Amino acid sequence: MLLLLLVVALAVLFTRDLLKATLLFAIYSLTIAALFAVLDAGDVALTEAAVGAGISTILILAVLALVPRHEKRLFGHNIPALIIVFITGAALVYASFDLPVFGDPNNPVHVHVGQYYTQNTYADMGVPNMVAAVLASYRSIDTMGEAVVILTAGIGVFALLSVPVRRRRQSSTTRASEEDSSS
Amino acid sequence: MKRSTILVVVARFLIPLIMLFALYVQFHGEYSPGGGFQAGVLFAAAWILFVFIYGLETGLRVIPTRVIYALASLGVLLYAFIGLLGVVMGGRFLDFYPLLESPHAAQQAGIILVEFGVGITVATVVMLIFLMFAQRRAMTDAAERNE
Repeated sequence: MLLLLLVVALAVLFTRDLLKATLLFAIYSLTIAALFAVLDAGDVALTEAAVGAGISTILILAVLALVPRHEKRLFGHNIPALIIVFITGAALVYASFDLPVFGDPNNPVHVHVGQYYTQNTYADMGVPNMVAAVLASYRSIDTMGEAVVILTAGIGVFALLSVPVRRRRQSSTTRASEEDSSS
Repeated sequence: MKRSTILVVVARFLIPLIMLFALYVQFHGEYSPGGGFQAGVLFAAAWILFVFIYGLETGLRVIPTRVIYALASLGVLLYAFIGLLGVVMGGRFLDFYPLLESPHAAQQAGIILVEFGVGITVATVVMLIFLMFAQRRAMTDAAERNE
């Protein structure tokens, strides 16, 4: 399954057709949702299948109805960008040496609050799904912040897209539709 | 747009099922995987499918734009209101124990209510974002026709 993920990710990288890339991303999300389900993370799997494979694909398709379908071909190399990517990648690889060993019972995730949740959730609130209990009760201020973030995202899209269409924008979209029909 | 009978029939069959499943995910969230976020997305997906089949105007007759704006804010307000209710009844902010006599029932009621708030906000915001892109497309088309 991980191999399939890798193949799909590489295919996304190499395709120039944005519609194809969107659909490949949907396949990627579904595969990773299946992987989460296999790992017994039902909540995450459900979210990934609904949001990653479903809604974000539809929203990207809605955006593709506004922009040209094919990626612009770039020539030459952007040296500063390459350097920045290389430094960031090297820093991430360096940081990965400090990660705790996989499966060690003394890892921070096992000795911190997680243990309290696994032992006391049912006694505290009688809710079998621990994820829901942590999300809505133990960590409910975080979840409220999340809801506010979602509302803010909606307001942001509304503010960007509800302004009237300008002249310059029109000409670029007509050019885009011409390109689309010629290709 | 060309109308495909197969699409219409399958969608008419699926839309109520998706909505029912969304409600199940919403209100069964403490027992099985799910919760407000997933349920909201599923509910919005059902509405978007409806719009694909019947057109944006019919979709907006089901839930007008004003209602979308109001509900998106109301979801967050419901969440905050439940939190403040805990303060009023003698607890801390977002403390569910003072809401009801029995501590377990109080926690479950609090969880269900705040998850419902999250569900409303997520569903309407996803609808709003989709609506904005769809209307943008209609606006650019109209501007091109006027040229």
